[in-house]
Amino acid sequence: MIEGVEQTKLDMMGGGPLKVGPEPLRSSKFNYHHRFITDHLVSGLAILSTILVIAPLVAILVYLIFKGASSLNLAFFTKIPAPVGEEGGGMANSIVGSGIILMLASAMGVPVGIAAGVYLAEYGRGRMLGNLVRFTADVLNGVPSIVMGIAIYSLIVVRQGHFSAFAGGVALAIMMIPTVTRTTEEMLMTVPHAVREAAFALGVPKWRTVMSVSLRTASPGIITGCMLAFARVAGETAPLLFTAFGNQFWSSDLNQPIGALPLQIFVYAISPYDEWHRLAWAGALVLIVLIMVSVTLVRVVASRGILKGNQ
Amino acid sequence: MTTSPHMTDPSRIQVPQIVVSEPLPPATPLLEPEGEGSIVRKYLQKRSSGRLIDGAFGVTMLLAALSIFCIVALIVYTLTSGSKMSIHEFGWKFFVQSDWDPVDGSFGALPFIFGTVVSSLLALCMAVPLAIGVAIFITEMCPGPLRAPISFLTELLAAIPSVVYGLWAVFVLVPLMRDHLGPGLYKLFSWTGFFEGDNFGIGMLTASIILAIMILPVISSITRDVMRAVPINQREGMLALGATRWEMIRIGVLRNARIGIVGAVILGLGRALGETMAVTMVIGNRPVIAKSLFAPGYTLASVIANEFSEATDDMYLSALVEIGLALFLVTIVVNGIARLLVWAVTRGTPARSA
Repeated sequence: MIEGVEQTKLDMMGGGPLKVGPEPLRSSKFNYHHRFITDHLVSGLAILSTILVIAPLVAILVYLIFKGASSLNLAFFTKIPAPVGEEGGGMANSIVGSGIILMLASAMGVPVGIAAGVYLAEYGRGRMLGNLVRFTADVLNGVPSIVMGIAIYSLIVVRQGHFSAFAGGVALAIMMIPTVTRTTEEMLMTVPHAVREAAFALGVPKWRTVMSVSLRTASPGIITGCMLAFARVAGETAPLLFTAFGNQFWSSDLNQPIGALPLQIFVYAISPYDEWHRLAWAGALVLIVLIMVSVTLVRVVASRGILKGNQ
Repeated sequence: MTTSPHMTDPSRIQVPQIVVSEPLPPATPLLEPEGEGSIVRKYLQKRSSGRLIDGAFGVTMLLAALSIFCIVALIVYTLTSGSKMSIHEFGWKFFVQSDWDPVDGSFGALPFIFGTVVSSLLALCMAVPLAIGVAIFITEMCPGPLRAPISFLTELLAAIPSVVYGLWAVFVLVPLMRDHLGPGLYKLFSWTGFFEGDNFGIGMLTASIILAIMILPVISSITRDVMRAVPINQREGMLALGATRWEMIRIGVLRNARIGIVGAVILGLGRALGETMAVTMVIGNRPVIAKSLFAPGYTLASVIANEFSEATDDMYLSALVEIGLALFLVTIVVNGIARLLVWAVTRGTPARSA
């Protein structure tokens, strides 16, 4: 009886299987071709878009290597910029300046970022405050770097009365914090809870568990995250425009304007002199190589670390 | 408890470590009668000071987390206090006036808003289909050995500094646009009126193209993550029903991931709105509102980059800071929305049936 009811229901819904005649079959054949062609078309489009995306990357890298390598020489690494109209000169002071600013930024940004990440993963899980911090970090991550530049300008440069390497370092440190925080948190989340419980069961206090168990287990990932943050700020120009300001001469004083590689590239790129364009290309190549080398180096070291941990 | 010779070496005692913070450890009273057991006691007492360190450690971590709030609060405070003068003087008119004449003392941000919105939207139009195409290719159809290199290459695009993109754009994209792309577009689409006027290579279109290249990796990597979050049995189910691969992707994957993809696109928009250096180098930097995409423009970020250090008069500076404040608020709203959307998808919510 129940079966009968079901059948009537089906009939009422017009879904009887018997109604499928020869006509839909033919159309399904057409349909099949149509679907087949669409499928291939879309595959082709996906491949095409991948090629279109890779193309500019290859173009940029090839251009950079071609143009940059031909203008690199020893003077580039040892001399300070030459005055307008003179041949030669280099970016030695900018390279050193970038190094100083980045070290300052890492020294300030990385510890705070990791600590905030530890709070999110170990203390703030599922808490309102934790979610709020996480959200703020994500939002801070999206704040345009130029805005960071003017904020630090008003906060530090105006109060100090002059541009300084320190201000540049603070601006970059603030840009590093959200990235480091979020990667640290994500990496700590991947540490199995059982490992922590094991440490607690041995009577290890919480701070010690965090330091020697959680952070240690997650360290390769955290190092990679810090490196990515480093690479991101290493090429930043906008926040340095009104903080570090740039300098044509040697300076390692944290209270003075200091040269930075991206700033120098920017100044040279928009200048009207061929000689400076040449140097801009060389600078860009050096910048990219420095970023890539540091990132890959740390990645390799970190992945070795993971392998060791497993064995 | 028969191991009294070992008692002299605290590092070999393993039982007492279980019970550091517990007030009544069962092992301690047992050990106490054995004279020398007081070493264990001392050892435990020494260790129990962990409570203080624990508290200090927790508070330090909390402070670090709170510092993120402080940073955002400080940024908001400095921007609002810096732009007070301009807000007072112009009010909302600041955002609808199109005059930008520092010498005259009249400031209106409309040309910059126009430039920012148009260049970002154009960049999105170019980048979104490509980014989704790449994401589909990498997650659904890429042969195994190619997957890692291709995703690495697209990530590499994100690692290139903005100023290097700008450099490349100035010396490669601008001549290309001036000599080849521009005339071609003019021939094909001059009837639309979007490609009128002189084409110097620098202008809105060039800026949009470089922006598109820059936001592509952001959109495609998040789209990829979101698509990966779609459960595999959605795909298997679609294929088992006889769907072609595209139908499987469209109905099984894209439909489930759509909110996250929208989030990724908005995130890309946020990036495009705030992008400074590359755009400044190729957009032409003239505060005009023109229909033609060959015409130069100006964006909120690039006007700050260009004019902030030469702004001598207070009102000028204040107007620029107000532009910065506007940019800050807009990107915060845009990013906030995008994050919420991406979270909604990737945070283990069960995928809806298609």
